[in-house]
Amino acid sequence: MSFLEVTEFLLEGFKISLLIFGVTLVLGAPLGLPIAFGSMSKFKPIKSIFKVFVWIVRGIPLMLQIFIIYYVPGLLFNFQLFGEVDRYFIVEYGIMDAGRILAVLIAFTINYACYFSEIYRGGIESISRGQYEAGFVLGMTKSQVFKKIILKQVIQRIVPPMSNEIITLIKDTALANCIMVCEIIKNAKELAATKAMIWPLFYTGVFYLLFVGILTIVLNKTEKKLSYFRS
Amino acid sequence: MSVLEVRDVKKSFGKTEVLKGVTFSLDEGEVLSIIGSSGSGKTTILRCINQLETADSGYIEVAGEVFFDGKNKKEDSQTKRKKQLNVGLVFQDFHLFPQYNVLDNVTLAPKLLAEEREDFKHNKKQIFAEIEEKAKVLLGKVGLSEKLGNYPCELSGGQKQRVSIARALIMEPKVLFFDEPTSALDPELTGEILKVIKSLAEEKVTMVIVTHEMSFAKAVSSKVIFMDNGVIEEAGTPEEVFDNPKSERTKAFISKFED
Repeated sequence: MSFLEVTEFLLEGFKISLLIFGVTLVLGAPLGLPIAFGSMSKFKPIKSIFKVFVWIVRGIPLMLQIFIIYYVPGLLFNFQLFGEVDRYFIVEYGIMDAGRILAVLIAFTINYACYFSEIYRGGIESISRGQYEAGFVLGMTKSQVFKKIILKQVIQRIVPPMSNEIITLIKDTALANCIMVCEIIKNAKELAATKAMIWPLFYTGVFYLLFVGILTIVLNKTEKKLSYFRS
Repeated sequence: MSVLEVRDVKKSFGKTEVLKGVTFSLDEGEVLSIIGSSGSGKTTILRCINQLETADSGYIEVAGEVFFDGKNKKEDSQTKRKKQLNVGLVFQDFHLFPQYNVLDNVTLAPKLLAEEREDFKHNKKQIFAEIEEKAKVLLGKVGLSEKLGNYPCELSGGQKQRVSIARALIMEPKVLFFDEPTSALDPELTGEILKVIKSLAEEKVTMVIVTHEMSFAKAVSSKVIFMDNGVIEEAGTPEEVFDNPKSERTKAFISKFED
């Protein structure tokens, strides 16, 4: 296999990695918000439920969570949910791995939403009470205070920790190969197994590095753009 | 006519009774200074009037509207907010909105309020232009015409506090409250704030000022209250309280500030 062929084959896998990355970000980032509000709720039972949930999700390995999501429907209800999805997509559209990828997306989205929620919570709680009070004494409603005063300050503060999390996310996508999803490392391992080629495994690092490089530039730009004020 | 009525207001935080029954009133155009050592309850009474704290009992009325009635505490946040428009509060630590420039800090609240007007949709441009004009006049009055486009982080403490005064004034409060407006400032910058407050007093803006600036309080106030340990220990004209205090505690407190 030529270098070009290997590159193309790995790129096929990296597309799946990027898909997991993109969907997790697009779904997980907004989902983190209600979880953050839940864990800040003044109503104790609600707060406890969210806190315990976040504790569990952050407390066990993401790989294990992928296994749980993937296998538990089958164990509990004797129904291979993701296997059925796999089969359906292969038969109908000729698409491989759809069910497995779906399981990975669910696990990733929940996991990252919980991490994001803690970042949001930290950001929201770091805004001084004086900002809320200043809004209130000027006759603003609660939602006006949040939208017009608090939100942008929170965003400014959470960009650095979010950047960190986002960079971790692209590398975490490699975990998908634990249920045989054909992301880039899985493809490299396949080359090792079938063609006795080890170097593609190391070559995958270049893909991650390039992508993280682009991400870093974009995230730094965002951070800079928001640095026109200091709170 | 009295524009502010405070009757027997009590407030505890946990087991600490911070206000043990505070009563006073203020007429339109009057300037009241509240003095007293830290922990005497000065700031708490201001926060109770401005609905940032809920008193435990008593009665508070501003411009004929019941702000607080110990006998009927239930109230939704919407009516609370509407009432809040009658009063303004200038904080010790300014609390400007960091992401807005000086002009926007002042116009934000009135612009949001204007959205509730019936003619807002038709006259949006004109309404906003009027608000901006008004803000510019106020910022000119506090000497910040040159700083309209600057962000709070680019201002000195004194400038920030002057923005926050303009921000409170644009809402045209019936009573304007100051919570130690110069305590976070260098002595040098204190003067510029006091000058602004003095000019407001000359325009007959009704004000309540919690302050540690004794000579200023004496010069600007029509009424002075000395608070100690959650009660009003002494109240009267500046001459009465500063020059001929009746209570021993007042005497002791005031003598600390004399050189």
